[in-house]
Amino acid sequence: MSRTSPDRVARATPGPVARRLTGLSDRAIAWIFVAPTIFLLLAINIFPLIWTLRLSFTNMRVNRPNEPVEWVGLRNYQRILNDSGIWETMQATAHFLFWTLALQILIGFTLAWLINRKFRGNDLWTTIIVLPMMLSPAVVGNFWTFLYQPQIGLFNYVVGFLSGADPSSFSMIADVRLAPWAIIIVDTWMWTPFVMLICLAGLRSIPESIYEAAECDRASKWRQFWTITVPMVLPFLMLAVLFRGIENFKMFDLVVQLTGGGPGNTTEVTSINLKREAFEKWRTGYSSAYAIILFVTVFGLASIYVKALNKVKSR
Amino acid sequence: MTNFINGLLRLKRAPWEMLASILIALGVVMLMQPFVMWAFTWSFMVTFVGTVMFIITSHFPE
Repeated sequence: MSRTSPDRVARATPGPVARRLTGLSDRAIAWIFVAPTIFLLLAINIFPLIWTLRLSFTNMRVNRPNEPVEWVGLRNYQRILNDSGIWETMQATAHFLFWTLALQILIGFTLAWLINRKFRGNDLWTTIIVLPMMLSPAVVGNFWTFLYQPQIGLFNYVVGFLSGADPSSFSMIADVRLAPWAIIIVDTWMWTPFVMLICLAGLRSIPESIYEAAECDRASKWRQFWTITVPMVLPFLMLAVLFRGIENFKMFDLVVQLTGGGPGNTTEVTSINLKREAFEKWRTGYSSAYAIILFVTVFGLASIYVKALNKVKSR
Repeated sequence: MTNFINGLLRLKRAPWEMLASILIALGVVMLMQPFVMWAFTWSFMVTFVGTVMFIITSHFPE
């Protein structure tokens, strides 16, 4: 059957097309198929990257098209790396990144572990838990803004009910100390299901026979967890950290919807700061250098992470 | 430690990749730490050197 299939396909190829392809090597045909993808990749990914790199060495401002563009060398990089405002932005991003990753991994793994146990309504609970991930960040940002309202918000009411505090006495979004946590809570609520799904895939890939062998050796549940479950789910967990880490480093939509970077600049993460430099202050060259710094950071981190992931997988 | 230095001298991949990884991690920590400004200023240079080193050394022999 498999031997006759190519013959049938060849016979089914229209005459003019077959005549045109005759004489082309397999390599040439492969290039014909791959070329459009390579061209698109170069046009959409590589060209803008090289263009941004070039702009980062100039003083270009796109809102002043008639002004001559000067080559300023490394001056943009020097200014960025000596700017205390950008340093604060990096710290805000680090705070956000650390806590979202820690909470999402902890809660996501726990949920996956619970869901992996067979119980009635297992599939229904999985669907319910996964729902937040399917919503648009714009929708999530809008309705959490309502939930965080001091007067009518459900979140404030629940916190007030549990702690005895007056619900209108605090505002998650307007308070300088609470605003970063407001974003961390929403991001954790939205993206923990993603981590849970990845962990669930890891847990379900562990053969039952390994646990049975451990039972025969009288290993306790605790020991089974630390010597079987955790090492075998680790590559999946690392993958989740990689995906969420890169995504959260670039976090933009939720923060804009919830706080817009405020109050003051407490929740101004790097992506919002970059957008302000590029499209509010119109410092195109400067913001290009800023983007290159962020790109190199994420690229470097992703490189060592992929290497670590391969090492864990090959164990 | 001696093995590590010998590996570096013989241009082996593992120790060079380790060194590059340490530089990248150090650069990211310097970028995001809240303590000293000079560390923030030099963070990009350290990350950049680490990243370029990582790309080059990943082509070294095992």
